[in-house]
Formats: sequence, structure tokens, C-alpha cells
Amino acid sequence: MAKSETPLLDELEKGPWPSFVKDIKQAAEKKPMARDLLGQLELSYKEKIGHWKHGGIVGVKGYGGGVIGRYSDRPDLFPGVEHFHTLRVNHPTGWFYTTKALRALCDVWDKHGSGLTNMHGSTGDIILLGTKTENLQPCFDDLSDAGFDLGGSGSALRTPSACVGPGRCEWACIDSLDICYNLTMEFQDQIHRPMFPYKFKIKVSACANDCVAAIARADFSIIGTWMGKIQIDAQEVKAYAASGLNIREEVTDLCPTKCMNWDEGKKELKIEDGDCTRCMHCINLMPKALRQGKEKGASILVGGKAPILQGALLSTLIVPFMKLEPPYKELKELIRKIQDWWDENGKSRERLGELINRVGMRTFLKAVGLKPIPQMVKSPRTNPYIFFWPEEIKKEVK
Amino acid sequence: MAKTDIGPPNYKNFLPPVIQKNYGKWKHHEILKPGLLKHVAESGDELYTVRVGSGRLLSTDHIREICEIADKYCDGYLRFTSRHNVEFLLTDKNRVDALIAELKSKNYPVGGTGHSITNIVHTQGWVHCHTPATDASGPVKAVMDELYDYFVTMKLPAHVRIALACCLNMCGAVHCSDIAILGIHRTVPKPDHSRVPNVCEIPTTIASCPTGAIRPDPKTKSVVINEEKCMYCGNCYTVCPALPLADAENDGISIWVGGKVSNARSAPMFSKLVIPYLPNNPPRWPETVAAVKNIVEIYAKQGRKHERMGEWIDRVGWERFFRLTGIEFTDKHIDDFTLAPNTFRTTTQFKWG
Ligand code: HEM
Ligand code: HEM
Ligand code: HEM
Ligand code: HEM
Ligand code: SF4
Ligand code: SF4
Ligand code: SF4
Ligand code: SF4
Repeated sequence: MAKSETPLLDELEKGPWPSFVKDIKQAAEKKPMARDLLGQLELSYKEKIGHWKHGGIVGVKGYGGGVIGRYSDRPDLFPGVEHFHTLRVNHPTGWFYTTKALRALCDVWDKHGSGLTNMHGSTGDIILLGTKTENLQPCFDDLSDAGFDLGGSGSALRTPSACVGPGRCEWACIDSLDICYNLTMEFQDQIHRPMFPYKFKIKVSACANDCVAAIARADFSIIGTWMGKIQIDAQEVKAYAASGLNIREEVTDLCPTKCMNWDEGKKELKIEDGDCTRCMHCINLMPKALRQGKEKGASILVGGKAPILQGALLSTLIVPFMKLEPPYKELKELIRKIQDWWDENGKSRERLGELINRVGMRTFLKAVGLKPIPQMVKSPRTNPYIFFWPEEIKKEVK
Repeated sequence: MAKTDIGPPNYKNFLPPVIQKNYGKWKHHEILKPGLLKHVAESGDELYTVRVGSGRLLSTDHIREICEIADKYCDGYLRFTSRHNVEFLLTDKNRVDALIAELKSKNYPVGGTGHSITNIVHTQGWVHCHTPATDASGPVKAVMDELYDYFVTMKLPAHVRIALACCLNMCGAVHCSDIAILGIHRTVPKPDHSRVPNVCEIPTTIASCPTGAIRPDPKTKSVVINEEKCMYCGNCYTVCPALPLADAENDGISIWVGGKVSNARSAPMFSKLVIPYLPNNPPRWPETVAAVKNIVEIYAKQGRKHERMGEWIDRVGWERFFRLTGIEFTDKHIDDFTLAPNTFRTTTQFKWG
């Protein structure tokens, strides 16, 4: 038998977890591009170093983003990946597919690219991994004919994403899929033509479990919540107790606000709803017995970002409760106001959260017309360096 | 010319009929066994979901194989999750076992539900990016091989979410994970003075540095880099290929733990540094795999039911975490960035370990 040319990568074909090396080899049977990717990757494994460089800007007609340019730094050894650009393709909201649509996508990619993908990239997009510059436009044209469009990259609105929500989850307080799709369609221009100081992300989770990590990963996070009492089905509570769930240890003791009371004798559960912070824990554990309050909506938080540049931030609460129903007029107005303010005041590569920190939350709130309320903070300030607006100070009388 | 700005396909056309019918009217769900969810609608309709892990980097042939399975059992409907898993959606309870058997026979890991370790969110690494300090797919494969049993069972105290990013840009969702594997560079870019003047535009290169660490050097017509300011992000290499950053012997991996995203019980938390540096050791990164496994196993033993890793550490204290895991505490663990004092102890209350 011939000696393998990829002894290091071959090691990653072993073991029970699905092997990406097998997938690259599968594509390599048909595509020289994939074969050279395999070769270059083996070289990286040997040298413990990457072999890609960035280059000129590449893209498709009419768009400013959606393609990540990539060039090999060893085209002498691996001519097949001399260019190896990636297309970010906007995923169907909630990542639902028919096999027909998926096959259409595969057909396009077999025709124009390496035959390799990421399902999906960390932004949520479908990643079509690696093609030549001259294939980009024909590939886009065929994608468009198949009903797909590019996602965002660069200083643009990134492809919004949403949890599965009402599609399959009884805890959905809002229609995360419809909101996400509606915003995606509304803001097409901002996705495809970078015009902001930096990137802007919108993510929608339909409850506080936050299955798309909106609070940590989005400049504008929409997270479902409710008003009013948690609905208790006393019969089902008893059934859970009878089934062996230790309601005291697993539910009430772990309630962060200690607003639940479990009467072991009477097998009765009570909730002081005024103290509940709607964390979802009890509902997660007893989905048949507990249902959220009847009035549903979303909390809006802004400014989440990763460490580059000024350090990482989690999103902070600016609107405790907003009713969200099509056509989402109030929501879109708020997004536009925030983006306009950021666009006008942000320095290049300054994310929304950093701008808010630089100029102060009070300036942000005033600009977007939100009234300060205690829900916005964990506590009031502890330092005495208080700024007042000029109009709040009595002018000196001469 | 092709149409632009058509947006993604409308998801409504991709929802299986049972979801279209019961949209927003789900009543409750159960995890029947690892990898199998049952959702019941108010109408009484039932939806079964079988979840399998994937390597994220998929060939079109592999996707076609997944399509064939979905055609056979699920009338051609399926979905992916945000953590790169594949979900087969079906209504016929009697077909579930056959589907799972077929998936297992084709080596798809069935699991990733409830108190398991689900798929690792990760980035591109040496497969496609220009600034990685480590590979992504390789370490993920090696770690998941070792933790496989935790994917196909649900025996942990709570969910454990692992994520990997191959450089500080952190394109994966790592910073709020129970365990984060983060590639780090430790050396500044090394300007190739003979090439910089020819292949790079100096003003653009200078402007690309987020920390202002790059100055022009009139003597060489190249640039110099201020070692104290550089935080090894690789931005300059993006615009100037004559500023290579990667360093085979010094690049490596750091490990962070105790983050969470969900608001259940405790508020969302960031991951905190526990191991500042492990060497890159392809193809299977044994040091990283062992470090992650050690942390998981100690948490599995010590954590109380429903307690996420960060909640467990908050309860027992970091001093005990370091004792139990045997991980060495160093000056790297003490923050020295802007808000460092927020992480210092300002009370006499501490544990002996
Ligand atoms: C200076 C800063 C940054 C640079 C130069 C940069 C560069 C890149 C590049 C070149 C890619 C494409 C990788 C590839 O497909 O080859 C990428 C992907 C990505 N970046 Fe960044 N990035 C930066 C900061 C960030 C930050 C701060 C975040 C998020 C907080 C982020 C999120 C992402 C995501 C989600 C992807 C997709 C990754 C995937 O799906 O594997 N980036 N970035
Ligand atoms: C303009 C700013 C400030 C002024 C004029 C000021 C003034 C004072 C005065 C007069 C005392 C009492 C000293 C005594 O007992 O004889 C004091 C005590 C104290 N101040 Fe301030 N202070 C200021 C800012 C702050 C800030 C920002 C903090 C902390 C965040 C702070 C923390 C304290 C503490 C901890 C004490 C001791 C209180 C105690 O004995 O319980 N001060 N300050
Ligand atoms: C049947 C559907 C689902 C149920 C019942 C469910 C349940 C939950 C629960 C109970 C939590 C909170 C965990 C905690 O106690 O901290 C959670 C968190 C989460 N779920 Fe789901 N989930 C579902 C679907 C999904 C899907 C489809 C995804 C993504 C693909 C997902 C991703 C996540 C993530 C990322 C978190 C946050 C984890 C963190 O705190 O770091 N979930 N989910
Ligand atoms: C262990 C170190 C960390 C790693 C590896 C990491 C990684 C990441 C990654 C990969 C993302 C990107 C998500 C995306 O585009 O979808 C991200 C986003 C984010 N990270 Fe981290 N992070 C770390 C530490 C932190 C810390 C310490 C904080 C805060 C103090 C933080 C706050 C955030 C926030 C708020 C986002 C949302 C961001 C956005 O889209 O820009 N991270 N992080
Ligand atoms: S965020 Fe809430 S509503 Fe959305 S899928 Fe997760 S648990 Fe369900
Ligand atoms: S939702 Fe959270 S805070 Fe509210 S009662 Fe349940 S466990 Fe307590
Ligand atoms: S984390 Fe860094 S190295 Fe990895 S894909 Fe993102 S930018 Fe590239
Ligand atoms: S690696 Fe980043 S911080 Fe260092 S010089 Fe280059 S751009 Fe500046």
C-alpha cells in the first residue's frame, strides 16, 4: 500500500466523534481544491502554523460584504488553494431546511466551489468554504436563482439569528422566528453594504434561557419574557412530586429570588410573583405544571461585545418589556434610532457598547428617548462624580 | 444579472407540516432518552426530534447523506442547531427506533440533550483563517472523542457548553461557556523589512492596529512594533502579509471556565482563566484534552444537581477549584486590565482551599 501523504491528519480519522478529515477526503476525491486543502492542512499540522493570508478585497456585484477573501501563502505547493474564498450565505431562520433546498445548495457548491461547507459558521450563516475569485459571481448568481442570498460581513449588520422559539418550544414568549426573518428582510441593505463604524449584531431568543446567546453575543438582544403570574397546574405539580422530583431541593431551593414556597404536607406550591425575576428555572424543571404569565413580550438589551477592543461587555437592559407584534414598528424605530446615534457618534471600529461607555448611558438614553428606570441598573452609582445637564443648574444671577 | 437583496428563503416554507399546524401552540416536552425529544402540542399532536452531533465541516456528499436519511424518515425535513448539531424531525413514533438505529449504524453520535456535553461551538483555525494561534477542528475532534460518553448520556449535574476560538478575536461564542478553549499568540508580529516596503501600504498598516502599536521606520522604509502595546490580534497581518504573527513554538491554547449564557437561576457569567498556556501539540492536543477532561470529571463529581459549572465554583470558591483540580495558580490569573480591582478580594472572608 502507498504511504499516506497525511499521516498526522489520518490520526483524526480515528475515534468515535465525526471526523472533519473524512469529510475533506470525501470532497478531495472529486475536487483538486479540497485535495490541496488537505495537503496544506497537513503542512500546518507538521509545522504548527497556519498557511493563509488575507489579500485584496473580493466580492460580488452590488455587495460590499458576504465574501471572506483568503489566499494560500504556499501556492507553489498547493495551487488548488491559491485562492480559497468563503461565501457567507444567510441561513433560513431557525436553521430549518427541506432536503430539496439543501440539495439545491449542494448542487451550486459542487459546481462552483470546493464541495466543503460549515453547517453553520459561528455567525449562524451557511459557510461555503473555499472557491476561486472568478467563481464568486457565477456562484452567487446560481445561489440567487436557488433562492439564497449572502449574509453580512465587515462593518455591516450581521445576519440576525433566532432560537427555534414557537417552532418547537413551549417556552417561547415571542415569535423569535418571525421577528428575526422580518428584521432580516427589512434591513437587507444594511446587511449587504457595510456602512457602520463596525459590526452590528441582532439576536432573538424567545425566553430567558437564551438559546442563541443573545445577551452575550449581540449589540441588540431581544429576549422573551412575561408579565403577570406564573400559571400553576396544581394537579401536575402533585404528579411531579409523585414521580420522584424533589421539589424542595431541585426547584424551590434553587429559585434565585426565594419567592417559591413548597408545602410538603399539602403538596402545594405557591409563588410570590412580585418577587419572581422570571429566570425560567422552575418552568424548565416542571414544564407540564408551570406555564409563564399570560402577557408575553420581550426585554431589550444592548451593547454586548467581545474583548476586541476595549474589553468584553454583556448586553445591558434598556427596555424591560416591549410587546412584539407584526409589523414590529416600535422595535424597528428603536433599532433605527440606536443605529443612527451610533453611526453619527461612534469612532471607526467602536462598537455600540463601547460608545455608550465612552459618552455615558445618560447621553445614550437621552438620544434615543428612553426614560431612566431602576430596572436598568443593579444599583445606583457609588461614586459622587455626578454630572448634571446645563438646564438643571440655576444660572448665576448677576 | 442575479437578483440581489432577496434575503434568505422564508423559513415558513421549510417547517414540517406538524410544526406549521402547531406553531406557537406547544404544550410541553420531555427528553425521552439522550438525543430524543418529544414535544406535545395543545392539539395532542406529537413531534419527535432526534439530535446528532456533527463535525461542522461537512462535505456536500455528507450533506446529501443526511438528506437521504431525512427523506426516508422525516418526509424531507430537518434542522440544524446553533451548536452545529443536526435534528431529524418526525411525527411517527414507530419510526423513531429505526431512525436511531440507522443513524448509529452510520456512526452519527445520538445525544447532546439535557445534562450532557453537547457539540463544541468553534471557529476556522488552520482550515481557513489567517490569524489562528491553534487549529479549531482538530482540537475539537480530539476533545469530543475523549468526552464522547458525555455526549451520548445525560449524567452531568447540568448542561456543559464548551466552545473554542482560535485567537483573541473569538469568532466562536467562547467567553460565556462552561469551558472555553482559546488559542493565544504570545509574540508580536515579525516584520519582514525586505518585503514590507513592496507588499504593504504603510499608512493602512499603521491604521489597522487597534492599539496604535505600529510606527513607521524611515530608515528601513518598513515599520516597527511596540512590544508593550501589541496584544497579538493579527489585524496588521490582515492588511500586510509581510507581518507574520504565527509562532510555532509559542502559540498555544488557554483554558477558561465557569461561564454561562442562560438566565436560569444565576445571571449570565463570563468564563474565567484557569490555564494560561498549553502547547500546540497536533494532531491530538493531548495536554488540552487532558486538561478539559480533568475539569469535567471533577465538576461531575462535585457539582450538585442543576448546578452549572460556574454556579458550582461560586459555591465552593475558586480557592477550592484550584485545589480540587490541581491546576497551578499564577500571576497570569490575576487581572491587570482596566477593571482588574473588581476581581480582587476585598474582604477577610476566604476559604483555605
Ligand atoms: C480585529 C478583529 C477581527 C478580525 C481581524 C477578524 C477576522 C475574521 C476573519 C478573517 C474571519 C473569517 C475566518 C474565515 O472564515 O476564514 C472571521 C470570522 C468571524 N469573526 Fe472575526 N475578526 C475580528 C473580530 C471579531 C470579533 C470581535 C468577533 C465577535 C465578537 C468576531 C466574530 C466572527 C465570527 C462569528 C466569525 C465567523 C467564524 C466562523 O463561523 O467560524 N470577529 N473573523
Ligand atoms: C468628593 C468626594 C468625597 C468626599 C469629599 C469624601 C469625604 C469623606 C469624609 C469627610 C469622610 C469622613 C471621614 C471621617 O470619618 O473623619 C469620609 C469617609 C469615607 N469615605 Fe469619603 N468622600 C468622598 C468620596 C468617597 C468615595 C468616592 C468613596 C468610595 C467609593 C468614599 C468612601 C469613604 C469611606 C469608605 C469612608 C469611611 C466611612 C466609614 O468610616 O465608615 N468616599 N469621606
Ligand atoms: C427543545 C428545545 C430546547 C429546550 C427544552 C432547551 C432547554 C434549555 C434550558 C432549560 C436551558 C437553560 C439551561 C440552564 O439551566 O442554565 C437552555 C440553555 C441553552 N440552550 Fe436550550 N433548549 C432547547 C433547544 C435549544 C436549541 C435548539 C439550542 C441550540 C441549538 C439550544 C441552545 C442553548 C444554549 C446555547 C443555551 C445557553 C447555555 C448557556 O447558558 O451557556 N437550546 N436550553
Ligand atoms: C475566555 C475568553 C473569551 C473568549 C474565548 C471569548 C470569545 C468570544 C467569542 C468567540 C465571541 C463571539 C461571538 C459571535 O460573534 O457570535 C464573543 C462575544 C462576546 N464576548 Fe467573549 N470571549 C471571552 C471573554 C470574554 C469576556 C471576559 C467578556 C466580558 C467581560 C466577554 C464578552 C463578550 C461579549 C459581550 C460578546 C458578544 C459579542 C459580540 O458579538 O461582539 N468575552 N466572545
Ligand atoms: S430561548 Fe427559550 S424559547 Fe427559545 S428555544 Fe431556548 S428555551 Fe425555547
Ligand atoms: S422563574 Fe425563577 S425566579 Fe421566578 S419563581 Fe421560577 S425559579 Fe423563582
Ligand atoms: S477566532 Fe481568530 S483565528 Fe479563529 S477564525 Fe476567528 S479571527 Fe480567525
Ligand atoms: S498584532 Fe494587533 S496589536 Fe499587534 S501590532 Fe498587529 S495589529 Fe497591532
